[in-house]
Formats: sequence, structure tokens, C-alpha cells
Amino acid sequence: MKKLLLTACFVAVAGLAHADPVADREALMKSFGRSMGELGPIAKGEKAFDAAAVQTALATLNENAQKFDPAVLFPESAGPGESGSPNIWTNWADFEARATKFKTDVAAAAAAPPADVAALQATMGMIGGNCGGCHENFRVKK
Amino acid sequence: MKLLKALGLGAVVVGAVGLAGFWFLTEPKRLDAAVLASAGAAGDASRGERIFWAGGCASCHAKPDAEGDARLELPGGVALKTAFGTFVAPNISQDAVDGIGKWSFDDFANAMMAGVAPDGSHLYPAFPYTSYARMKVEDVADLYAFMKTLPAVAGRAPGHELGFPFNIRRGLGLWKLLYLSSDPVIALPADADPKVLAGRYLVEGPGHCGECHTPRDLTGGSRKGLWLSGAVAAEGDGKVPNLTGGEGGLGGWSAGDIAYYLESGFTPDYDSVGGAMADVQRNMARLPAADREAIAAYVKAIPPHPNGY
Repeated sequence: MKKLLLTACFVAVAGLAHADPVADREALMKSFGRSMGELGPIAKGEKAFDAAAVQTALATLNENAQKFDPAVLFPESAGPGESGSPNIWTNWADFEARATKFKTDVAAAAAAPPADVAALQATMGMIGGNCGGCHENFRVKK
Repeated sequence: MKLLKALGLGAVVVGAVGLAGFWFLTEPKRLDAAVLASAGAAGDASRGERIFWAGGCASCHAKPDAEGDARLELPGGVALKTAFGTFVAPNISQDAVDGIGKWSFDDFANAMMAGVAPDGSHLYPAFPYTSYARMKVEDVADLYAFMKTLPAVAGRAPGHELGFPFNIRRGLGLWKLLYLSSDPVIALPADADPKVLAGRYLVEGPGHCGECHTPRDLTGGSRKGLWLSGAVAAEGDGKVPNLTGGEGGLGGWSAGDIAYYLESGFTPDYDSVGGAMADVQRNMARLPAADREAIAAYVKAIPPHPNGY
């Protein structure tokens, strides 16, 4: 009985430590979307330019972007999930390079946040280019 | 015996008439040379760049995965794997041997708007002349002038891989009788909002949005009654979204949302563009803002349909 309990405890702890990578990566990408949602209305001119808000949103985006580790979030064993493409594992080097570029670009934007709407629009375009560039080959249409 | 002979003769006659009819009906038809001559002379390369991006030429004719300035090199090679076979985009760079460097404006306009190659044969509608047929000949002349400024790239892309009967080019003449028309798809009064009219031109003509976003019938023609209502992707097993205001479509998007998506690649909830549309969006981002606003105004004006797939 003791042994069984011990095993159950071990399984529970292991389960916590090994959270589902598919759920993790989806949650992380949703967080990117939320940060872009903070910046978007300012870039579109729907909200007044607010340097502090832009800086905060980019800092949050960067913090989350640096957690985007392809090896941890996209183990082949976890499978493509609902929207991952099998291309991820057949073109792993390209996938990894795009992830690295995304992280570098976001870090640069967070380190020197845009000072006006025009600069923010350019930043949005640069980040959006990273999103679309990767989703072009590595995400399957829902 | 006499009866048999007569029957045999009859069959031969019917067969000959049928063949003659097929030959007559399927003859490639070229555009009016006089109209082309006056338009061709007025082509302007700087105006033509806009048409180049609106038409999405680089999406199929640049090297697969080319980025930046490399998208202006057009050696072809992108393969489109469809139910009819595999179509490979040819070299349309200015190379005189492998590309279209020797083509006259007449040759170019006939390919773009009538789907007829310089040697008089039919081109396959994987090249979307079914949409380009609605273009203004002046815009085609500007595009021709712009493409003359692009580099020559040597190298011939591999040929199409098609099974019978799709490998018989002459048969496309019948297909064109059914599906090739320069008339607008969505009828609008001449005094309609100029923005919507401009958008109709960009979407139905150079932008050739309907080629992917409209479902096709068994023989591959667009089902115009379900215009832009979404379709099963020609390649793979994906779905191309419904752009209309019907169920499953873009009813919840404002015109501003559509224009911003084409500019930045972000949906209203800040998801991002993906799949083949990512490349199209990069092309759309190069257009003047007024063009994206016109496209958005037209998309908001088309009749709603539930998902066409």
C-alpha cells in the first residue's frame, strides 16, 4: 500500500514537472497575441501613443518570447497537435533559425522601444513578419 | 452488308465532323492586335511595380522561399500539386532563352489575358489568366514595362506532370469557352462607391483572390455563385477561408480590420497570417494604403454565403 502511494505521488510530481508541451506552446503563443493586442490599437491610431504602455507591452512580449525554446516546446514525440505542421520536424534547422530570429528581433525592439506611432508601426511590421514567416510553412490551417 | 458499309461511312463522317468541331471550338483566340498596339506603347515601368505586387507574380515565379530583392528574380520552379496533376511555374525572367526576354507586348498580353502562349497553344489556368482577363490592358502594359527592368535568370523550370486528358492542351479551348470571361463577377452599378469599384478590380482582376477563395466545380471552374465563400485548398487538405459576411466568414471584421490584416498580417484578435496567405500578405503590404482600403471595401460589399467548402 505504501509502495502504491509512493508511486502515485511520484507519478503526480512527474506529471507536474512534465506539463504538456502542446498546451505550453499554445499558451505561450496566445501570450504573444495578447502583447500585440496591447500595441495594435496604438499602432492603428485608435489609442493615443503612450510610450510607457508600449515599453511595458514589449517587455512582456520579450520576456515570453525568450521562453520560446523549440527543443522543449516541439519535441517530435508530442506530435503536431491541432495546428502544428509535420514540416517542423522535416525542416527543423529552418524552424529553429526562425525561432532564434524572432527572439533576437523582439529583444532588440524591447531594448530600444519605438518613440512614436510611425516607429511602432515599423516594429509591428517587423514582429508580424516573424509571425507570418514561420506560420507560412509550420502552422496548419485550422 | 450495304447497311453495314453505310453505317461505317456514317460513323466516319460523324467522327470527322466531331473532330472538325472540336478543332474549331478549341482554337486559341488572341486579343485584338490594334488595341494592344496602342496600349503597349504607353507602358510605364514605375506604375507597373504596383501591378506586379497586386498580381502576386513573385509568389509562384520567384524561387521557392526567396526573400527581399530575390523576389524580383523570376526563374520559376514553384510546384503546385493539384488533383489534375503537378503544375510547375515557368521561368518568366528576362532571359531570352529560358525566360520571356524575347516576348513582345502582344505575346505578354495574350498570355496574361487570353491564356495563349506565343506559339499559339493554350496555357493552363494554374496561371490565373481567368482573373487577369479582367485587367485593364493599360495595367498589363505597365506590368510588361516593369518586368523589362527585372534581371534575366538562366535555367528552365521542369515541365508540368499531368495525366490524360489534362495533358492535351488543345482541350483547354473547351474549358475556356465555359470559364474564361472578362466580365466582372459581382455586378455593381456604374455609380457605385468608387472605392468598392476599385476594390472589385483589384480583387477580381490582378489580385486573383477568387482562384483560391472560391470553390471549384468538378472540371475546375470557379463556382461564381459562391464567390469568395472559401474552398478546399487546391494543394493538400487545408481550407481556404470564407471572405464573405456569411456564416464562418469575415462578418465580424470591419473594413479597417481587413485593410490592417493585409498591411500587417494581424487578425483583429492579433493572431497572425499563415500558410500560403503569408506570401500574399507580404505582396499586399507593398501596395499603397488606398488599394488595401479599396479591397476591404469590396470584400465588405460582396453577397454573404456560408462556407463554400
